[in-house]
Amino acid sequence: MPEESILSDEFIRELINVGQVDILVGVPTYNDAQTVGQVVQSVRAGLLTYFPRARSVIINADGGSRDGTQDLVRAASISDLSISSNIHALRTLHSISTEYEGGPASGIALHTILAAADLLQAKLCAVVSPESITFQPEWMNRLLRPLMDGKDLVLPVYQRHKFDGMLIRNLLYPATRAVYACKLREPYPSDFAFSSALASEFLSQDIWAEEQGHRGTELWMALWAVVARHKLVQAFLGTKARLENPRSDLVNAMRETAGILFCSMDSYSSFWSSPQERLDPPCNGCQPAVSLEPLRLNRKRLHQMFVFGISELEPVFLSILTPATHAELKRLASLPEDTFAYPADLWARTVYEFSVAYHKAVIGRDHVVQALVPLFRGRAYTFLTENREASEEEVENNIESLCQTFEAEKPYLLELWDGRK
Amino acid sequence: MWQNFIAELVRTMDEILRSVARFVPRLLEMLVIVVVGWIIAFVLRNLLRSLLKITRFDKLFEHTGARQLLQGAALPSSTELVSRFVFWVAWLGFILLGISVLGVFGFEEQLASFFAFLPRLFAAFVILFFGLLAASFFSRAALLSGVNADLPSPRLISLAVRTMIILFVGSMAFEELRISSRTVIVAFTLTFGALMLGLALAFGLGGKELARRYLEKRFERESAGEEKREREDELSPL
Repeated sequence: MPEESILSDEFIRELINVGQVDILVGVPTYNDAQTVGQVVQSVRAGLLTYFPRARSVIINADGGSRDGTQDLVRAASISDLSISSNIHALRTLHSISTEYEGGPASGIALHTILAAADLLQAKLCAVVSPESITFQPEWMNRLLRPLMDGKDLVLPVYQRHKFDGMLIRNLLYPATRAVYACKLREPYPSDFAFSSALASEFLSQDIWAEEQGHRGTELWMALWAVVARHKLVQAFLGTKARLENPRSDLVNAMRETAGILFCSMDSYSSFWSSPQERLDPPCNGCQPAVSLEPLRLNRKRLHQMFVFGISELEPVFLSILTPATHAELKRLASLPEDTFAYPADLWARTVYEFSVAYHKAVIGRDHVVQALVPLFRGRAYTFLTENREASEEEVENNIESLCQTFEAEKPYLLELWDGRK
Repeated sequence: MWQNFIAELVRTMDEILRSVARFVPRLLEMLVIVVVGWIIAFVLRNLLRSLLKITRFDKLFEHTGARQLLQGAALPSSTELVSRFVFWVAWLGFILLGISVLGVFGFEEQLASFFAFLPRLFAAFVILFFGLLAASFFSRAALLSGVNADLPSPRLISLAVRTMIILFVGSMAFEELRISSRTVIVAFTLTFGALMLGLALAFGLGGKELARRYLEKRFERESAGEEKREREDELSPL
């Protein structure tokens, strides 16, 4: 049984003391002391307000925090909540914290949460990010309620700043939408919910020793659910606030998004390369999803790093890109900053050529993913420039137009994939 | 006298004929060994090629960049390379075995030393192959990390990594072949030492200002007022 290898004896003992539950909420953490207490309090409030009769447990899977994150989760007790509001528990709301081995890795945390859900036979499960500082108790209801109506996976939609989630808006959303014929605004969710059936099925997947079982596992789960034709739904949660110091390691973010997307394309090529019926999950309560507060982003530096990458990585790009695309990128790199623009169609072809290079392993696969980083910087520069003065509607239109370009270029991907080009 | 001359001539002719008679079967034997050896080596090559294709031997090396390395050196695929290597080693063994049948003086000793040399040759070949792969992989990793971390001269760093690994691997291969091993080790030590000293001097003297600016910037960031004045929002990828 998979859970035997992932759950420690001590943790199993604690879970057995809890017994069978209706709802399990997992909170994966690693050095999140600044935010986790507030998020756990909101989760508790949400469970007690909207599911007072349900037997619930909050599982904190920690990757070895050294800032007292686990203590804060344990301390966020139900008595504090009763004092601060008029919420009264009808059942004991358990809260358990465990430190998993081999971390920190979001995939291992999710594996731990799934194994715990399987052991406790939880009917409804949710995962909440400790970085969701604007998490409202109502979000628990929006995430879990659709599962009661027979849905398998509930993915979030947030209102975010127009320049947040740049990789998701410029790569993950348009590429998954075009490749898998499925419109998911947040294919790499940080707050999401799933049924017990989906949890058990996903737990039995043979991915936990692979890269996709360590990082970007939430994205893999969403794509797998699309391929397995599970019942998906999106739920508008509210504003996702920008963290004061976002974790902006672009290389790791690229591995978690593009790396996992390319890996899934490699695994599920028979699915997406054949004609598919479009699967556009409904979005409950969706509203305009961008906000427009001013931000000070250094575009000049993005442009410089793009140009630097193009000149320094030429031997790598020659193995990955077609001569035409490479020549076009070199031409772009020679343009002065004020006239520079990375057009959507060229960006779509670049992403597709990288996915094919990953599939054919023309060089080490991790190197393929890393080589995309400087090119993404060029695309990010263009996105920032295009949308600098744009209204909510214009930003949405630009994103929609990018998605349509990716869809229009899909035949090019198929030709490359089959080796016809 | 004439009779003696004739007798001597007849005896010589007789000996020559006997030698030829003794040599021809050996020659035929050698030819048979060479031909049979070729057939065995050919079958071995085909068997090995099929086995490697079934076990997707090429795929095993694809991720490490072996294919690019071989393509760059205008060599065939790793499956083909290993199959051909086995073919030539096997056939060469049979050819030498065939020649030994001819009974050429001193040849057997040479043959024995050749067969004793073969494992070392193979080991050196393997060391060189994997070493070049490692050099290719790590130099590219250094290049990508350098570019993504916006380090100055990532190509130079990549080239330094590649050169050091190739030097190290080359000295290991020569050591395995026992070809001037001392000279090679001394040469490697000198080159490596010189390279390190050169880099230390280059970074120490040339990078003094850079290091000072870096440290100043790093420590200045800790001052809250400074941070507020200089701060820009970070790109949020996820």
